[in-house]
Amino acid sequence: MVKTSYPPNHNMNWGGEKVAENVITARDLDLTFQTHDGPVFALSKINLDVAEGEFVSFIGPSGCGKTTLLRAIADLEKSSSGTLTVNGMAPEQARLARGYGYVFQAPALYPWRTVERNVGLPLEIMGLDNQAARIQRNLDLVNLTGFEKKFPWQLSGGMQQRVSIARALAFDPKLLLMDEPFGALDEIVRDKLNQQILELWDRTGKTVVFVTHSIPEAVFLSTKIVVMSPRPGRIVDVIESRLPRKRTLDIREAPEFLKIAHRVREGLKAGHSYED
Amino acid sequence: MRIDAARGHIFPVTVVCIIIIVLWYLAAIPMNAVVTQPKIDAAGGGLYNTLLFSWNHERPVLPAPHQVAQEIWKTVFMVAPWKVKSLVYHLWITLSSTLVGFLLGTVLGVTLAIGIVHVGSLEKSLMPWIIASQTIPILAIAPMLIVVLGKTGLPDIFTKASISTYLCFFPVAIGMVKGLRSPDKLQLDLMQTYNASAAQVLWKLRFPAAMPFLFASLKVSVAIALTGAIVAELPTGAVSGIGARLLQGSYYGQTLQIWAALFVAAFAAATLVWLLGSFERMSWKRMGAKP
Repeated sequence: MVKTSYPPNHNMNWGGEKVAENVITARDLDLTFQTHDGPVFALSKINLDVAEGEFVSFIGPSGCGKTTLLRAIADLEKSSSGTLTVNGMAPEQARLARGYGYVFQAPALYPWRTVERNVGLPLEIMGLDNQAARIQRNLDLVNLTGFEKKFPWQLSGGMQQRVSIARALAFDPKLLLMDEPFGALDEIVRDKLNQQILELWDRTGKTVVFVTHSIPEAVFLSTKIVVMSPRPGRIVDVIESRLPRKRTLDIREAPEFLKIAHRVREGLKAGHSYED
Repeated sequence: MRIDAARGHIFPVTVVCIIIIVLWYLAAIPMNAVVTQPKIDAAGGGLYNTLLFSWNHERPVLPAPHQVAQEIWKTVFMVAPWKVKSLVYHLWITLSSTLVGFLLGTVLGVTLAIGIVHVGSLEKSLMPWIIASQTIPILAIAPMLIVVLGKTGLPDIFTKASISTYLCFFPVAIGMVKGLRSPDKLQLDLMQTYNASAAQVLWKLRFPAAMPFLFASLKVSVAIALTGAIVAELPTGAVSGIGARLLQGSYYGQTLQIWAALFVAAFAAATLVWLLGSFERMSWKRMGAKP
């Protein structure tokens, strides 16, 4: 693997024992959409480092480019200028090397496939072996053992999204990209899934990049919170969270939690995110 | 559940059937007057004679429903199916070219749709021709196609089937273009994140997603394939087939023969559509659709 050429010194994990490898590095990244009404500056001067094993959230109002940034990392959008590396490669190479799993805003399950065949879809496409065992392991990871033969319509929205997480993890990518995966779910289901995703992150040691517009969700989940603002889409603050790795929902009452949430809100305010 | 649904259908269908039959019987009286009035008068007139002669004439202008039923009974069940007098024989002739044409048309339509969805320039270059092809009256083009194809030495069945193919490919192509494009952006993006090949996207996503569109198109096209096969029999002066029966019937004023052939053809078309509907339901079951 190619070493990244940007080993900034804050590239320590918060335990501080060892220098972790950078999974995502962005330098002066710009992304402009050409529309009929002229150019839209979706991303402007993005600088970002995501180290291995981190849980990073992008938070901001709609139009701040958080989804665009995630899609650029996934090579679903092309940047206009600046550099972006994923797993030490250009995003396109990372995609061709199947270096990440992507979870969309909607489960995007194929309705004609059973749960197990949905999870097996990437395995079929990539022609990997041990498909049955991989499917089983990942369904187990999202607590859906026993639902193999069900079709998507037989599951609740939360369960469907868990299937899509199992599908993203099926081929064991190092990096998990999640685009507001729980945005369409009610608060109670969301709380539960947030806890599950933290457990999953803890168990698998994946690097997770998570897009959200919920402040509590971002603070609860992340080791690093990237606060973004619109017009042009930019990063206004990067907050390193000192909350312990193992968290329960109670932590949301803790002063440290509230302090971080406050700082996120301040960042959003500074970026004029609360104005029209 | 199913029985309830069927019961819900049977009543309105029966009512409409009864209304049609009653209107038909009534219409037979004035329409047959040309040929029956002298006989009614000769027999002394009156309601009884009017109905008797109007509904039982040998060569009526408009045969009564029971006469058509008798004719069908006679030509379908009372004659060996391989005899020229059997409607089953004629139906088989027409049906075989219908099915050949339907299959070729479906393959052509699906192939065109796959091409159009994958190659941008094909849409611009082919679509206008595909649409223009259907604006030409089939009755005008059928004789030419059949004469031209007849000279190529192709087996007769393909010559006849070409008309069905010509009619069939259109709904299939249009439906499949829409169907193959029906997957939403996320489903397509997902494939891109896996670095899936175009063939994988086609087989694992576009094709299954297009199935509802395909079946809707197939039901339309199988019915018009039958029409096409009948039309193809008209200009060739064919001696067998439903089209030939219709043509001969009108030459010799055999209205009973025409109506019987029409009903058998309609019944065959309905059966084909029903068969496709059953295939559709079976495939829904396999694809796990919500019942």
